[in-house]
Amino acid sequence: MSKFRNLVIAAALAAPLAAPAHAEKLGLGRPALPEEIDAWNLDVSPDGTGLPEGSGSVADGETLFSENCAVCHGEFAEGVDNWPKLAGGMDTLDRKDPLKTVGSYWPYLSTVWDYAHRSMPFGNAQTLSADDTYAIVAYILYSNDLVDDDFVLTKENFLDVEMPNKDGFIVDDRAETEYPEFSKPACMENCKESVEITAHATVLDVTPDNQDD
Amino acid sequence: MDEKERDSAVSLNRRNFLRAGAAAGALAAGAGAARAQEADPLITEVQPWAQGWGDGVDANPYGMPIEFESDVVRRNVGWLTADVISSINFTPIHALDGTITPQGCAFERHHSGAIELRKEDYRLMIHGLVDQPLVFTYEDLERFPRVNRTYFLECAANSGMEWAGAQLNGVQFTQGMIHNMEYTGVTLRTLLEEAGVKPEGKWVYVEGADASSNGRSMPIEKALDDVLVAFKANGEALRKEHGYPVRLCVPGWEGNMWIKWLRRVEVTEGPVESREETSKYTDTLENGISRKWTWVMDCKSVITSPSPQMPIKHGKGPLVITGLAWSGRGAVTGVDVSLDGGKTWQPARLAQPGQAMALTRFYLDIDWQGEEMLLQSRATDDTGYVQPTKNQLRAVRGENSVYHNNGIQTWWVKANGEAENVEVS
Repeated sequence: MSKFRNLVIAAALAAPLAAPAHAEKLGLGRPALPEEIDAWNLDVSPDGTGLPEGSGSVADGETLFSENCAVCHGEFAEGVDNWPKLAGGMDTLDRKDPLKTVGSYWPYLSTVWDYAHRSMPFGNAQTLSADDTYAIVAYILYSNDLVDDDFVLTKENFLDVEMPNKDGFIVDDRAETEYPEFSKPACMENCKESVEITAHATVLDVTPDNQDD
Repeated sequence: MDEKERDSAVSLNRRNFLRAGAAAGALAAGAGAARAQEADPLITEVQPWAQGWGDGVDANPYGMPIEFESDVVRRNVGWLTADVISSINFTPIHALDGTITPQGCAFERHHSGAIELRKEDYRLMIHGLVDQPLVFTYEDLERFPRVNRTYFLECAANSGMEWAGAQLNGVQFTQGMIHNMEYTGVTLRTLLEEAGVKPEGKWVYVEGADASSNGRSMPIEKALDDVLVAFKANGEALRKEHGYPVRLCVPGWEGNMWIKWLRRVEVTEGPVESREETSKYTDTLENGISRKWTWVMDCKSVITSPSPQMPIKHGKGPLVITGLAWSGRGAVTGVDVSLDGGKTWQPARLAQPGQAMALTRFYLDIDWQGEEMLLQSRATDDTGYVQPTKNQLRAVRGENSVYHNNGIQTWWVKANGEAENVEVS
């Protein structure tokens, strides 16, 4: 095979992706300063990585929750209107219309702390101090009957809290449970004997009619 | 033309339009007739647009769709979410054709509203398990080698309201949490290599700059494979609602991971297990156990016309059936269409060969004689996966799932040409 032909093949292989090839760094950007990383690196992982020092009690959390959270989530974390319910729903996951709350569904307490601290309150995010967040999370646990009313959540006892649904998750198994079944040759003729309509969307009548709906 | 003259010209247009509509109706009734009953005034009478002036070149520095297309817009479903700030709307896929979705009608999903972030105020930080944590400005990103890629973005909740049964009567609402754009940007791999990923870096956590600070974890393999840091879509700057000035594209994977207003990429040892990857975007099975990390969007298709919002109005004769197909695992290789609810199928025509992780347009041209139809489409991708029925999905997952409903959609087309969202046995 000639050298020329090799080149053509190489070009043909490269062409579909047309990705830029550059091994060396371009020297763009600037080093991130430690205080900049600290300002943005707020996420908290299940093993507690990212948790700051601090603590908060159920009692303080009740007040803070009432002031910052209850307008949407209800005084007892039971939810208002269509806003998320944070408490209740234990043992409903295998029933019709399961109620998924922090208590019944969330596998990691770190997620609660992280989300409340970083993304809440809705419309006034990133205003809760570390201690406030510990207190609010403690109150949410209390609302789910997971801790007593004298409980104080701290960085030190954080990983001791057991979330009821911590073992309720499996990693995506579609490759085993679905793909073989759904990768059989497609039927083209005589695929079923009869066809009946089993459900109508118009029966429910929940489709918006016009722009103003 | 002054304003008054223009107004009268417009109203004249409307009168003629109504008359023309009546004539067109007469034509349709005599479908196949060789000769019109009466001469078409749109032809025999001089029309105002053929007489006077149109808009000057300074009238629309940035053009919007003409007023007659004002119904081809995003729609939301009021009862679906608690408010419109953390909510979703739907692409009018019933009225679009081709594959590229214009940004202005491409569906939006925000968790804290669409923010305004100037390029000058934009910063992207890469840190964590890297040799050198870096901060990039928007201008820095523009100096890296660029790529162009066309990808679909589908919300994992697309068709989620249909899990328990046919609910919403319109393809915009049942399958409209999707769009498809040509993106320009730099690969995330390029930026990660600039920072230098340490060997113990196995995951990447990506986060947006808005108040929801939506963040998702993904394996480093995906981050180094085809993920794109995009700043243009369909040739122009990202629209505000699509993450201006910079968003992430995660080809083939659920839309929630396509972080808008991307501000941070952290290389980590493990997943962060954020709110959006635990309490949301997980799939509860019948036994109460939930799947997590269900990132990929499986092969799916839907007929966009005829459909409930696109009834057949032209009477018997030639009918164009059209729709969209896609797969997050590769390219669509074929789409079959059934007119009888899945008893028999025939291959549709792909407008272009399927492109990996991008929308494919299909057509089936038939001679419709006014018979009722149970229209379905079924896509196959290059892994050999064939789009399943909703009942096949329910047999595996039960009825409590919300996300990843890629089941076959049925439209019941009636003799009068109207269509309804139904399910069939």
